[in-house]
This record gives sequence, structure tokens and C-alpha cells, in this order.
Amino acid sequence: MNKEEKMKELRVFAARIRLETMRIISHFGKGHVGGSMSLADAFAVLYGSIINVDPENPAWEDRDYCVLSKGHAGPVMYATLGLKGFFPVEEAYTLNQNGTDFPSHTDRTKTKGVDLTTGSLGQGISEAAGAALGHKLLNKSNYVYVFVGDGECDEGQVWEAAQFAAHYHLDHMIALVDNNGRQLDGTTDEVMSHPKGIGAKFEAFGWNVIDVKDGNDVEQIYDALTKAKQTNGNPTAIILHTIKGKGATFAEPTGAHSSSPAKEVWDEAVKACEESLAEIEKEASL
Amino acid sequence: MSVKLAWTKNTDPRSNCDAYDDAMLELMDKDQRYIHIDCDLLGCINGKRIKSAHPDRLINAGIAEANAVGVAAGLASTGFIPFVHSFGVFSARRAFDQAFLSAGYSRWPVHILGTDPGVTAGANGATHMPFEDGALYMSVPNAVVLDPCDYAQTYALTKKSAAYPELTYMRMIRKKFKTVYADGTDFEIGKGIVLREGTDVTIIASGIMVNNALEAEELLRKEGISAAVIDMFTWKPLDEELIVEYAKKTGAVVTAENHQAYCGLGSAVANVLAKNCPVPQEFIGIQNLYGQAASQDYLEKVYGLTAEDIAKAAKKAIGRK
Repeated sequence: MNKEEKMKELRVFAARIRLETMRIISHFGKGHVGGSMSLADAFAVLYGSIINVDPENPAWEDRDYCVLSKGHAGPVMYATLGLKGFFPVEEAYTLNQNGTDFPSHTDRTKTKGVDLTTGSLGQGISEAAGAALGHKLLNKSNYVYVFVGDGECDEGQVWEAAQFAAHYHLDHMIALVDNNGRQLDGTTDEVMSHPKGIGAKFEAFGWNVIDVKDGNDVEQIYDALTKAKQTNGNPTAIILHTIKGKGATFAEPTGAHSSSPAKEVWDEAVKACEESLAEIEKEASL
Repeated sequence: MSVKLAWTKNTDPRSNCDAYDDAMLELMDKDQRYIHIDCDLLGCINGKRIKSAHPDRLINAGIAEANAVGVAAGLASTGFIPFVHSFGVFSARRAFDQAFLSAGYSRWPVHILGTDPGVTAGANGATHMPFEDGALYMSVPNAVVLDPCDYAQTYALTKKSAAYPELTYMRMIRKKFKTVYADGTDFEIGKGIVLREGTDVTIIASGIMVNNALEAEELLRKEGISAAVIDMFTWKPLDEELIVEYAKKTGAVVTAENHQAYCGLGSAVANVLAKNCPVPQEFIGIQNLYGQAASQDYLEKVYGLTAEDIAKAAKKAIGRK
């Protein structure tokens, strides 16, 4: 498959992930739509073409890890894992319902394909650094991918982990920063700004930094991840400039952190994702 | 479990950290999974021995305790069995959310060491004097909380922790402890040790308070009072059976801990008594106070942790029968 065809395939996968993310959250009626939808394209690229995992054997020793440090984006990971075959995606429609294995924040003890438990911001990136160090000590070549939120970067622990990963030269650790510019109480500039940008911070901590201008463009994400894997000696941070709520009719215009619209609004939004998927599939088959 | 006592009331000249180092070195020699993570306090636990024997499995995380515990969880996910060390105040208060979630809730075998429990922090003062570390860790479901008193116990419990499949926390004395047990004595997590049989009152102690409890028993004996002494080095899971047996037998209990008295060993024992066998109980420990910089002897007096304080509390408990 040439690159162009691959990108078409990834765009379709991203649209499927978007649709399933919306279905998953819509069954509960409320949830973290914004920060899930901003990551649909990155998850599509990672699980569609980069990460080395086996849905039949989630605990496979040679697998790459994926850690969702911004654990509240659980639905986009569940949609991806479901579509990838770790479980029937419909199982994730039980999100947050009594007795579910799909809690709003990712939990390794409950969901197949989740390597490390997160939910308290800042913790996942340290766990990821520990996993990357473990692989390194065992002379293994597994990669650890970790999704970090831009709001999450307010947490001091993110920077403790960043200095640790650089100090131990964890070059098989790749952080994908969801730089959607918004956090719960407003824009990141309003709430807690990064005057020189999050990328500049990672750079100052000794990381390789790759800036992805459109973090919702599969080709740009693909190129960044491919480049990150070729980097030796230091961890890499990929700064994804994304749109919070991308593709969710009610969340994209507002950039809301969590949403609980009325049922009709949900139905419209899911329908819009179905239509969008059909359109992208059509484009891909041309 | 055969217990050999070696109680002389004398301060052991050794560093208690060597007990951990000895046990850890043996573990690391035999099994590649064991790894030590320190937070720039390796020099405080004589850790250079571990560093020179196993430099690849001695990770210094710098002065960043929260990250250190998260890293430990990640290492555990790749098959390692990590021990993480910092002073108790930081191992507990500073890294608690990480210990709770990244390690505890995530069900990884992460073993946390908090040095200088309670008044043993001495001259390092209030900021370095954990009176609440045990309480924090006791609140984590399934976590094991240990408060060993001497070299033999620290050595044995390091090895027992190493084999435990979930989060453990050990309050580790570094120096100036009084030997209670002969080297080589083995201990089981969750099983208290009856050090003295008695019929009038039961003193339940741990850590540095075991020595003080044994001295209190002597004081009481001189007054014709028969006190049982139990070393309850495991705060969680608590040896409920033993507590109930001795509460029934003696009808009065004194708990003695180097920790806040309202949220540690004493309150855990009170829970057991309230549910099974309510008898009068007195609580020796820190009474809702902060620490301060001073000598350990002075602090034991100021906070009412001495043998005399325990003996007085025992008489009060007996009087309330």
C-alpha cells in the first residue's frame, strides 16, 4: 500500500473512531466529548499504522504500550481498541453504567488493551516513563506512547516525569500532547498559560520536539510519529495542535471539556458523524 | 514462627538501614526483578552497597517523589518489583496520590519505604517527622502497613514485603533503635508477637514503642500488675484474632505508637475491640500535635511515649474495667 492509500485508510479509521466515541458517550448521555474527539486522528494513526499490539493477546510481552495520561479521554481509546478487535466495540456502550468495564478514566484492571491506569492527571506520564525504563533495562525495543493533555501540563508531575525520561535517555518513549488550547475553565491561555509554548518546555527539559501544525491531520501525525521513532538518545514529544471536540456538532463550536446535551442533540451529533464517515469512505474509494 | 528475643535495653550500634540493604542485596542477587528507586536519599540508607553491587537496578529519581512512585508502577508493569525510598513524610504525604492510584488501585507490587518514622526524625524536626504516614497508607485498600522495631524485623519484613503481590509501606527506623529480637528471627505479615504473657492488661505496641512497652511491663510487674505485651508490627492487615484473645483475657488494653494516636495503630485496635470485645482502652501516641526539632529522648518525653507513660496508661485502663 502506498502512502496515499494508507492515509485514506487512516482517515476512514479516524472517522470510525469519532463515530464510535460519540456512540459510546451518547449511551451514557454525558462525558468528556471535547478531549476525546480531539484525539481521534492521533489514535487512528497510532493504532492504524504504528503501534505493535496483538488484540488476541493484550498482555503480549513484546507489545508497545499506550498510556492515556489524560485518562478522561477514555472513550476515544475504547472506540479505538474496540474497532481494533480487543473487544466488540458495543461493549464500550456501557461506559460508566453500573458494573461496567469501561469507566470514564482508563483502568488496566478493567479494560483489555489498557496497559496502565490513569485518572489523576500527571500520573500516566510517570508510569509511562517507568515502563519505558523497564523495557530499556530488559534490553527490549518496545515503544511507550503516552497521550498528555495541554491542561494536564499544569501538573508539576508532568515535568518531574519529563526530566526523568530525559535523564535516563528513554528514547522509546513518545509523548503525544493534545494541544487543543482549552481546559475545563477556559482556554489554556486564560487558566494557566505556557508563554513559550508546551513544546519549548519539553525542549528545555532535553526532549526532541516535533510540532504538528494540524493535529487532526492524519498525514502530519503519521510523519511525526515516523520521525519520532527514528530518533535516538532522547524521548520525543509530539505537540499536536488539535481542535477540542473536533467533529462533535455540539462540542466543537464551544470547545467544552465535558458535555451533557439533550437526546435530540446527541442523535443529531451521532448522525453527523455517520454522514461524515460515509463521505470520507466515499472519498477514500474514489 | 520461632521468636528469639535479644532484648537488652541497649541501643543497637548498627544502622537499621543495613537490615534493609542486606535483605535487598540478597533479593537482588537472586532475582533480577528486584529494583530500588531512591529520591536522592540513597546516602541516608547506606545504599552505596546496593549501588555498587547492582548499578543497573539502582535508580535515582532525584528529589521528585511523586514521579518516583509513578515510575515504580511503570517498572512493575514490565515485570520488575520495585522498592521506593524517601523520608516517611515524603513517601507518604508527597507521593500519596501516586501510591494510591498508580500503585495501589492499579494493583502493582510496589513497596514503599518511609524512613525516620515519628520522633526518630529527631533533629530534622517537624517538617521531617511523620506522625500520619501509617494513617495514609492504612486507608489504601489491600495495602500492607508495617512498623518494625529493629534490625531482625526490618530484615525479615523487607523479604516478606518483596513477596507480597500488592502495595506495601514500611516505616523504617534508620538509627538509634533498641534490639528486641535476635538476628535471624522470622516474622509473618499480619501476625502479632506475644512478648510477655499477662492477665491484668495488654499493651499493644510497634516500632520504637515495643522497647518502651517491655520496660513498662517491668515497671508494672514491680507494682504487682501483670501486663501482656504484644508487638503489633503489622498495622494492616491487623491480627484481630490475637487482639480479641488478649482483650478477653486481660479486660483492658493500652496501645502504644510513634504516630498520631487518633488515626494509627490505636484506632485500628479500637475498631477491632468495638466490634468484638469492647474493653477499656488507653491510647499512647502523638495527641493531635505537630513535630519539632529535638533529641529523640526529649521527644519521647514531650509526647508522652515513655515506659512511665505507658505504665500510667495501663493503670488507668485497669481502673476503668
